[in-house]
Amino acid sequence: MELLYELAKTGLETIGDVLPIVAIIFGFQLLVLRQRIPNLKSVLIGFVYVLIGLTLFLVGLEEALFPLGRHMAVQLTDPAFIERTTAAVGSALQWDDYKWVYLFAAAIGFATTIAEPALIAVAIKAQQVSGGAITIWGLRVAVAIGVAIGIALGTFRIVTGTPLHYYIIAGYIIVVIQTVFAPRMIIALAYDSGGVTTSTVTVPLVTALGLGLASTIPGRSALLDGFGLIAFASLFPIMAVMGYAQLGEWWQRRIMKKQWKDKTENQGGSD
Amino acid sequence: MNQLRHFLGSVLSSVRDLLPIVLVVAFFQAVVIQQPVPEIGRILSGSLLVILGLAFFVRGLEQGLFPIGESIAYAFARKGNLAWLLVFAFALGFGTTIAEPALIAVAEEAAEIAADARVIAQDMEAMEEYAFGLRLTVALSVGFAIAVGVYRIVRGWPIQYFIIAGYIGVVIMTAFAPPEIIGIAYDSGGVTTSTVTVPLVTALGVGLAESIKGRNPMVDGFGLIAFASLTPMIFVMAYGMII
Repeated sequence: MELLYELAKTGLETIGDVLPIVAIIFGFQLLVLRQRIPNLKSVLIGFVYVLIGLTLFLVGLEEALFPLGRHMAVQLTDPAFIERTTAAVGSALQWDDYKWVYLFAAAIGFATTIAEPALIAVAIKAQQVSGGAITIWGLRVAVAIGVAIGIALGTFRIVTGTPLHYYIIAGYIIVVIQTVFAPRMIIALAYDSGGVTTSTVTVPLVTALGLGLASTIPGRSALLDGFGLIAFASLFPIMAVMGYAQLGEWWQRRIMKKQWKDKTENQGGSD
Repeated sequence: MNQLRHFLGSVLSSVRDLLPIVLVVAFFQAVVIQQPVPEIGRILSGSLLVILGLAFFVRGLEQGLFPIGESIAYAFARKGNLAWLLVFAFALGFGTTIAEPALIAVAEEAAEIAADARVIAQDMEAMEEYAFGLRLTVALSVGFAIAVGVYRIVRGWPIQYFIIAGYIGVVIMTAFAPPEIIGIAYDSGGVTTSTVTVPLVTALGVGLAESIKGRNPMVDGFGLIAFASLTPMIFVMAYGMII
């Protein structure tokens, strides 16, 4: 009964989210473009699928994963737990006493990114457009690795209390340098993958982790230090995706070079 | 029959999408925290909903969101009316952001911080006003970003100059913005792009690049999301400085 109520409530909220989009699209179709939408019935069914899908997805997350994830974030950042896992009893906790927190941050960042629906959408599109040069799973794993590194580093920042903008500015510099060397076709997609990583699944869990950490570590304020993990999670995938393309290009060049070498050697042998 | 097989296929791939989370949670619960998982039944039923939801969503993506985004892009390209295209882009960015739940939550948090820092009066009315102003700012900035991004696709300008200019803007604003707004501003870039907006905007950008002669969908078509996540950072810091 409670589940039905949740489904109805979330369903209405999702409709509220989608309504402005539908209004804008159909408004422009009717008033500006003045044309019929091709396959209108199928498109409308598609929208209904999106509504059903998002509703089930959100309710399921709220039922199962979020409470557990939040609970785990609190447990792992609890000073009592951290003291139990370290040898240094009695003395003040050092940054390296939080190793399970970093590992959890990286693992949960990776796992939630793989399940992120917006990223699935962009990956499907990228595979279509690139003619298979970029695969759905290749892009998703690259982005997920970026998020994992980003969130682990972000928790490290909260533990050490260093200012957020140093990291972000250093990240920007790396992105700009990578942009110079990365293959041209990946650049726009890489920038996009920064924005898509952080929506339905990642944000709530990661925010819980950040706020949990900031409120249990002495000297940190939840309001000032708890934020910023999302920023990390949107910056590092950009580097990871460009790195993925650079690695792919390097690999291909190596294979081509090898083939070229084999070919010339064979020719040399036949002479 | 075929339909059913197709659907079962999507359910299976959703299981694969969710598997990493299950493994991570199980590992940390069993090995690190060393406690049994609480309420296992509820977690299983919730996971089932997540899997079904993802399968439906991906289906709807291919049948609804992608085709409509593309067909609008083609229609605008055929009509050749740039002004209306830009108005549409702005409306799409603004309309999808102003009601975004994640943004509403962030705006409320920002208002609390501002009240704590005594930037605004510590009463409900001032906080609500501040939060609404912030939402409006972010929505305007996303509308602006999508419009500029669409114009870039039409012109075929390289994206990196815009992004680098945006980064420089963020860095300069960081130097002048009040410290308590910086964390919120940086995070606000990530919350503006919802799960419904992303596929639609991506299909729009790629569709435009495909239908305009001389544009490459891979090089020119992507990038709208990047714009939409960069401008709010600048606008939110500006908002923090003005108020």
